[in-house]
Amino acid sequence: MPDSATMLTNAPPLARFVLRADAETTIKAGAVYGLDLPLTINQGASKGERGKPGARVALKLGPDEFWLIVPEAEGAGVRALLDTALAGCVCALVDVSHRQVGFVLSGPDAATLLSSGCPLDFDLRAFPLGMATRSVFDKIEFMVWRMAQDVFRIEVARSFGPYFEAMIAEARHDLV
Amino acid sequence: MLLILCPYCQSRRAELEFRNVGAAHISRPSDPQTTTDAQWGEFLYQRDNPKGRIAERWLHIHGCGRYFNAIRDTISDVFVTTYKSGEPPPAMPSEAKP
Repeated sequence: MPDSATMLTNAPPLARFVLRADAETTIKAGAVYGLDLPLTINQGASKGERGKPGARVALKLGPDEFWLIVPEAEGAGVRALLDTALAGCVCALVDVSHRQVGFVLSGPDAATLLSSGCPLDFDLRAFPLGMATRSVFDKIEFMVWRMAQDVFRIEVARSFGPYFEAMIAEARHDLV
Repeated sequence: MLLILCPYCQSRRAELEFRNVGAAHISRPSDPQTTTDAQWGEFLYQRDNPKGRIAERWLHIHGCGRYFNAIRDTISDVFVTTYKSGEPPPAMPSEAKP
């Protein structure tokens, strides 16, 4: 039986930014963002409590690509801060808040459910705490970030949200 | 599943995350004004189709989003090596005789 403690829940309303920048600009951005952006590719960093005021998330998904995720109410403020600090730097800061939807998959069966659709190895040795990467889940692209051993943060394009939920529900049936 | 080493992510990922983007190391004519139709045709359409090792561009589209180059064997589908865009192709060791 699937463990009833394994749950897929919606992330709270969030503001999301994609920052494309070189190493020097990255440090500058981290200083005003209040959280040093990760230096290693496919790594995530965070501070504060998830969904609570003051929470900051930075994920490095490409050699020069960062996702910055903050509570929705603080989005405009963070954007203004970064806009000011990065003026004149060669970089791109794009608001993608409404492009995607967030989920949290938590519980003892979380990794098993993800494995039903994703070719990544979710063993802790291969996918340690703090790792974040884009990959594919069944027919869609998604971003998965391991926040704790049994807690995964997932982002999918908004129109794929219902599909992702349905595929996870389907995978749960298979665990019976 | 075929695993491909992304030179940017430095990890082996499933082939599903990648797209093949054609032959590598083909440069666009530097001066289109003086390029003849035959030369453009060559640049656009003429490609080698070797049996054996070939240098190709690949795109880690569902990963880091970067283009990179790979040496692949068209017979066995083995990825001999992958390297970053802009780097010269590694000297290809002569193929081992079976």
